[in-house]
Amino acid sequence: MKTIEETTDEILNLAATHFKFPRTNLAATDDFYKKLGIDSLQALELLTRLENHFGVELPDYEVQGVSDFHTLATRIQARL
Amino acid sequence: MDEYKGKTLSWRLSDGVIELSLNRPPGNEIGLAMLDDLERFVAALPALEARASALILHSEQKAVFSAGADLRELYEEAQKIDASAAAKGVRAFLERIHAVLNKLDTSPITTIAAVHGVCFGGGFELALVCDLIIADKMARFCFPELRLGLIPGFGGIPRLKRDIGNGVVRDLLLTGRSINATKGLSVGLVSQVTAEGEALRVARFTAAQTTKFDRGTSSAAKQFIKPLPAEELRREIDIFCDLFGRPAVMEGLRKFVENTGAHPYLP
Repeated sequence: MKTIEETTDEILNLAATHFKFPRTNLAATDDFYKKLGIDSLQALELLTRLENHFGVELPDYEVQGVSDFHTLATRIQARL
Repeated sequence: MDEYKGKTLSWRLSDGVIELSLNRPPGNEIGLAMLDDLERFVAALPALEARASALILHSEQKAVFSAGADLRELYEEAQKIDASAAAKGVRAFLERIHAVLNKLDTSPITTIAAVHGVCFGGGFELALVCDLIIADKMARFCFPELRLGLIPGFGGIPRLKRDIGNGVVRDLLLTGRSINATKGLSVGLVSQVTAEGEALRVARFTAAQTTKFDRGTSSAAKQFIKPLPAEELRREIDIFCDLFGRPAVMEGLRKFVENTGAHPYLP
């Protein structure tokens, strides 16, 4: 079982790689909409990448309103 | 006409395979312009089918197969006329789109939707007319209509119910959640999952395979296994039109159209 820190770290790595953003400039408490400058389509893309990476299903309504990496990690952690 | 380029789509017949490409930025929204082009395509289809074994439906938009019905156009058109005229207009649109989709659904050749990215609402319903859905691993499928106080109106429920279990249909419909291609594969919605950006290539391999079979046999097999749920499709139009008359629907459309936030696609 991954720890929440490990899950958060994997999300940050995935976001940095996919959106070509310096990993060192991303933190768990960051608002990923603002920090990455992503729109709704890119948010869905991130959701799909996370589902594929962690092998989980993340219903949209569970992540609606979530905008920081740490909370996103807790949602994923609950399904690992 | 072996090749055609319209405002919202194009098609081409080559080596026994028709490729129908959706290309209406930003999201291949299905409104009056795309409906006109789709009607043009189904009018040309019998002549194309005579020399083809398969049809591939795909999108040229980078992140989207189709975001669904053009809700902005629907809202703006409805604002110009009274409620009764708007209801009649919606029914007329649904009758036209159902006629098009029913012809695609019952085409004697093998039809394949090559899906990537967002495949929501009416776009999902368009993919569902095809015999096979080949999706890249970034594809997402969703029926978000309930958030607008509506049900899917392009035949989605009867067609999905024809293909997969009622429980899965209820899950998608009643929660409005979107599912990815892998989940789609596990419930029998998707035939094959491909790597990112490879759905069209895999669809072309699959289409080439269908050209090896006797067309009459393939057509007979399809007719046997894929009956048109005609009665349920008629009922769907009636239910949709009844719901459309409610004030909550126009309010839901207004909110969607005026939404400038980052989440308009999230139910």
